[in-house]
Formats: sequence, structure tokens, C-alpha cells
Amino acid sequence: METQNHIDVRERPPLSNARLAILVLLGAETMLFSGLIGAFLVFRVGNVTWPPPSHIGIELPRIVTGINTALLLISGYTMFQAWRAIQKEKVKQLRNWLLITGVLGLLFLGIQGSEWVQLIRKGLTLQSGVYGGIFYVLIGCHAVHVLSAVIWVFTVLGMAIAGRFSAEQYTGVDTCTIYWVFVVALWPILYVLVYLT
Amino acid sequence: MHDNEHTEQHHEESFISKYIFSLDHKMIGKQFLIYGLLMFFLGGGLALLFRWQLAYPEKPLPVIGASQQYMEEGEVVTGADRMWERIYESEKEEWLEVNMPNGVVEPAFYNMLFTMHATVMVFFVVVPLLVGAFGNFLIPLMIGTRDMAFPILNMLSFWFAVLAAIIMMTGFFVPGGHAAAGWTGYTPLSSDAQWTGVEWGQILWGLSLFVQGLSSLVGSINYITTIINMRAPGMTFFRMPLVIWSLFIVAILLLLAFPVLSSAIVLLVFDRLAGTTFFTATPEGGGDPLLWQHLFWFFGHPEVYILILPGMGIASELIAVFSRKPIFGYRSMVYAMIAIAFLGWIVWGHHMFQSGMRPGLGSIFMTTTMLIAVPSAIKTFNWLGTMFRGSIRFTTPMLHGIAFVSMFVIGGLSGIYMANTPVDIYVHDTYYIVAHIHYVVFGGSLFAIFGGIIFWFPKMYGRYMNDALSKIHFWLTFIAFNCTFFPMHILGVGGHMRRISNPQQYEFLQGFEGMNIFITMSAFTLGFAQLILVFNFFWSIYKGKVAEQNPWHVTTLEWEAPTPVPHGNFGQIPTVYRGPYEYSVPGEESDWIPQAQPEHAPATSGD
Repeated sequence: METQNHIDVRERPPLSNARLAILVLLGAETMLFSGLIGAFLVFRVGNVTWPPPSHIGIELPRIVTGINTALLLISGYTMFQAWRAIQKEKVKQLRNWLLITGVLGLLFLGIQGSEWVQLIRKGLTLQSGVYGGIFYVLIGCHAVHVLSAVIWVFTVLGMAIAGRFSAEQYTGVDTCTIYWVFVVALWPILYVLVYLT
Repeated sequence: MHDNEHTEQHHEESFISKYIFSLDHKMIGKQFLIYGLLMFFLGGGLALLFRWQLAYPEKPLPVIGASQQYMEEGEVVTGADRMWERIYESEKEEWLEVNMPNGVVEPAFYNMLFTMHATVMVFFVVVPLLVGAFGNFLIPLMIGTRDMAFPILNMLSFWFAVLAAIIMMTGFFVPGGHAAAGWTGYTPLSSDAQWTGVEWGQILWGLSLFVQGLSSLVGSINYITTIINMRAPGMTFFRMPLVIWSLFIVAILLLLAFPVLSSAIVLLVFDRLAGTTFFTATPEGGGDPLLWQHLFWFFGHPEVYILILPGMGIASELIAVFSRKPIFGYRSMVYAMIAIAFLGWIVWGHHMFQSGMRPGLGSIFMTTTMLIAVPSAIKTFNWLGTMFRGSIRFTTPMLHGIAFVSMFVIGGLSGIYMANTPVDIYVHDTYYIVAHIHYVVFGGSLFAIFGGIIFWFPKMYGRYMNDALSKIHFWLTFIAFNCTFFPMHILGVGGHMRRISNPQQYEFLQGFEGMNIFITMSAFTLGFAQLILVFNFFWSIYKGKVAEQNPWHVTTLEWEAPTPVPHGNFGQIPTVYRGPYEYSVPGEESDWIPQAQPEHAPATSGD
């Protein structure tokens, strides 16, 4: 049926090892968030009023977080531009876009942090029932991911400054972009679920 | 692209980089093998402790227990009495004094024993052995590549597992004892210390499993990438040996299932440490204890298939090789495994029939569960079809392969009973369930592991395991296993609850005393039989009969590599010309054609 000529010699697989690995990792990340979002939905559906009666006075900062959402989405675009830049061998542009992306990420975390401080002052803490608990755990889990993505972006920036990337060799930028896009794309889902509904 | 010349160079390594922080997939596989075997003894030891309590409730253990005279009159008779006297006289609270005064297993200690027995066996024995040891050793060799895609991640995967084991072991010695809420850690039993009295044990249990999750995550990323991207030329997906298929599917299951458990553990640890109430219903907007069960079993049921699929893969290899016949229905074997893996995601509710569920929903879970019998039966009949009219060689690995199939059938059949909601009302939480899980995971997975160790030992260490000892080990294990676990079906139907430390306190269970003693005696025999395996294993590494390169006449690629397998595995990466099971091909002189042997006649399809 198959002869020697038809043997499939793989010179270059369609997805490089690094890219495949990062996509596989995102599969696991998706399941981690599915577990937490599932828990959120169980609490959300299980309570007749949301927030529960004991939390009536507390409003989540919808508008500020909406602006924050926009910032994060823009950072997704800037990261994409960084990725485009290195494919065209534009190393200087790569550095600039990476820097903007990293700063936007830090800004997102800063705004979210300051909102958390205000919420805690208003009395919404981890201990205030599942409403506060799942809010901090779910949003916090995402924040930890943003933080690690920011660290990753700045590491890639350092490598870019050291001249480690070219149009042929940019695995570091590539994997970081995929991860960043995942973290950015996840956020609107959480925003709509946790803040708006 | 992957044939890096530098890997072929002579490779001098220091002791540390060769044996400890090794990057070589074969060494990491062997590390996982030793790790799994050590933990196997810990897990088995815990089981023997609670088996003693079940047969002789509140009687002191043999050897380390105090004598009757000492317990009644304080008269020192034996060496053990002297030990107990020293323990009682010492100022500080000794571990033994708290957990088993006079050598009698305390009820709280009993809870910890069965919890840790299952935790250790599931997470630290069967998965590391099947996935860690066989996965690492076999994947690059059988698909024909030099190493894993990410050797450093591979090393991390092992050391994460070691870290997880250390955290788990620490739990035995913290005040309050180790986790005691069962391996399933049901909430609110596990989420609040007031129910079990366990403080740090449960938290360390969670943290350890979280770290073990990282180990699995890193490992499965590596396996998936390696299998997709690094197969030798000509090694198409449908020319991969079934054991590689099973490991590939299991890597995907591990990758997707474990993070769900991790998310549940995060919530559990927050409940324990940060005062949240995710798993406790409270008046001011509290959580839901059932949520844990959903999250746990959404992970837990795929986990069950993680425990058995590689066993099926190994058994397929053993049965095809020693029947000298192509595996019957290669493609249907692959599709059956994929079907089992897929169905595994939509059956988790069958663990929760009695937890409170809409009856209609229960019927749906019952149906999806029973559907799994179809691919399982396909596999079983294919194994029988492979053996049918084959020239079977009853080597020890083959005996283990046959034991796998027969025990798996018993375990699978009892599973169909339990899947029926009306039957489950009666048998849930009884020894019937215990019998079922042990027939599948011990009778299934462990027999496959034993068979696999003996089968691949010549490739791992260049020597045979001593066959006489292996045979004694097999027969003792096979008989003692059945004597231990088969009567548990009867106990279960008789209403014997699982997880009770003293069955004698219930009048309706008193008639089972003899059977419990019989089970315990068999369990001790089973435990001691394993010492033969370990002795044989280590003795054969140094003293076993030297094996040739391909002692069992196997077609797959790992036997093309020289023995002992050098760094980089193959001199030149082999090219694959045919399927993995070309045994007894009509018209051929030899009864086996290696996958790497070029065509010289019109090919007979491998599948």
C-alpha cells in the first residue's frame, strides 16, 4: 500500500515544538479557569439575589474596570504589533511595542489593585461570603496570570535589547505573544461574568 | 531538524548530571520507576496497618504491638513492651503514642491510613509508574527520536514529583495528623478542621497534589509535543505502537483534567487558610459542599482512565508479542481508547448518585457510563482475538498480560452493576466499590506495570529479571490478589460499609469476622509477595542474565537501539516502513518483521 517513496519525512512540522507546547499549556490554563468559572456559576445560580442580601451596599467598580478592560485589549493589539515587527526584522519597533505592552499590563494591574484596596475598605473581603471570596480568587487568579505575562514580556524585552531576535529566529516573541493574547482574551469573559451580570 | 549531530558525540557526565539531575529521558524514566516502587511500599504498608485493624479490631499489631499482659497489668514481657514503656515515660508526645498506643490503631489514625493509602497509590504510585516511568522510557525510543522535546522540563517534572512527595510525607508528622477525609477529600469534612481534627495535614495534602499537578502538566506538555512533532520518518500516527497511543491519550487527559482539581484545591486551601466559605453553607451567602464533588469528579473520572489506559497499552504490546500475532483490530483499539477518553469526561456524576441529584440527571449519567462498556468490550474481545489461534508463549510478562485482561473484565463487569442507579443505592459506599476499584487498578494497572517492568527490563538494564523469582511473584500475587479482593464483593453485598474502622461494633457485620480475617491474611501475603519483586528487580540489575539486543523478538523501534541504550538512543534515526505488529506474516521466513526493516515485497498493511 505504501511504498518507500511515500514515506512522510518530516523536515519541519507545521507547528514548532515551542509553539505547540505553549498551545498545549493554554489548554491546561483554560481548564483551570473553567474550574473556577464553574464554581462562580454554581454560586451565581445558587443564590436568588446576586450579590447576596448581605452585600447590597457594595458595587463593583464597573466603569473603571471597563476602562481597564479597554487598556488590556489595547495591550493585546500592541503585542500583536510587536510580533509583526520582528517578522519584518524591525528590532527597534519590536522593543518599543514590547515596552508599551508591558507598561499597559502594569497599568492594568495597578488600576485593579487600587480598586481592590477601595473594595476592601468598603468591606468586601475574602471572608464576606462566597460573593467576596470567589471575586477575589477568580479575578486574582487572572491577575496572577497577567503578572506572570508582564514578567515574561519584560524578559523578552531584555532579550530583544540584547539582540537575540531576528526575522528567522523569534521563538521567544512568538510564545510570549500567544500567552499574552490568551490572558487578554480571557479578561472580557471574566469582566462580563463577574462585573456586569 | 532533530538529528542534532552533537547528541551523537561521546557524552561524559558527572554522577550528579547522570543520575540525579539527569536530562536523559531513560534515566528520568528509571527515576520515576524507583520512585513509584518506593511509594508502592509506603502505600501497601498503610493498607496492611488498616487491614489488621479490620480483621482484629482494637488488638495490638504483631511485632510492634504490646503484649496482653502489658496492656492489662503493665507487666513487661516482650521487647515491644519495653519500647512502649520507653515511649510512655518520655516527656514529649511520641508519634506512636498518639496514633497507635500499645500498637492499636486509633480510629482517627485509621481514617488517616485509608486516606493516605489511596492518595499515595493513585497519585504517587500508579501515575508515576505508568505515565512517568513507562512514558519517559518508551516514548522517545518507540517513536524513534533521540530524547523528549524539552529535556529540562522533563527533569523538572520528576523533581516536582519529588517535591510533592516530600510535602505529602511531611503531613504524617504535623500535629493533628495527616489528611483524614478520604482520598476524595469530600467537603465540608475536608474544608473545616472541626470535623476531622486535622489541621495542617489536609492543607499539605492539597498543596502536595497541587505540586503534583505541576509535575503532570509539565510532563504532559512534553509527551504531547514529542509525540506530535518528533516521530521518526515513516512513523505515522497509525504506525505507532498502542502503548504510545495510550500514553498520548493519557497525556491529553492529564493535561486537561488535573487543572480542574487544582482549581478545586485552590478553593479548598482558601477555605482552610483565608476563612472563605466556598464549601460550607452559611446564612450570609455561603457556598456549596457539593461543588467540591463536582469539581473533584470532573477531574477524578478522567483520572480513573489515566490509571487504566496505559495499562491497556502495555497489555496490548505484551499480548501481541507473545501471541506472535498482529494485534486484532489495531485501528479499533485506537478508536476505542479515544472513545473511552472522551466518554470519561461526561460520566463524573455516577460517583454522586447518592449525593443528591435530580433523578433524571442520574439516568443520563447512568447511560453515558454504560456506554463506556462498548469500547471496553471492543478492547477485551480484540485481546482475545489476538490470542485466538496464536502461538502463545507463556512467558512471565505474558502471564501478567493475561492476568490484566481477566482481572480487568471482572472489574469492568462489577462497574456495570454500580453504574445502575437503583443498584448503586444499595452498593454505594460499601466494600463492593472497594473490590471494583482494586480489580481495575490493582488487577488491571498493576499487573500491566509488573508485566511491563519484566518485559522492558532487558532494554532498561541490559539483563533479564530472574524468571523463577518472577514466576513465583506472579503466582503468589495473582492468587493472593484474588483472595484479598474477591471476597470484598461479598462483604459489599452484605452491606459492609467502607471506611469504618471497627466492623465488629455492628451486629449485622459480626458474621463477616472470618472473611475479614481471611482478607487480611491474603493482604499480608500479597504485601510480602511484592518483596520478591523488589529483591528480584535490584538483584537482576547487577546479577541478572545478560540479555541480547532484542530478546523477545519484538518489531517495535525501542529494540532497534543498542543495549544499554546510549545517550541519543540510536546511531542513526531509524526509518519506519510498516506497522508495529507484523508478526507471523504469511510467506515470510521470520515470524516477525521489525518496523524499521525496508520493504522488499508488496507490503502487508500493519493494521
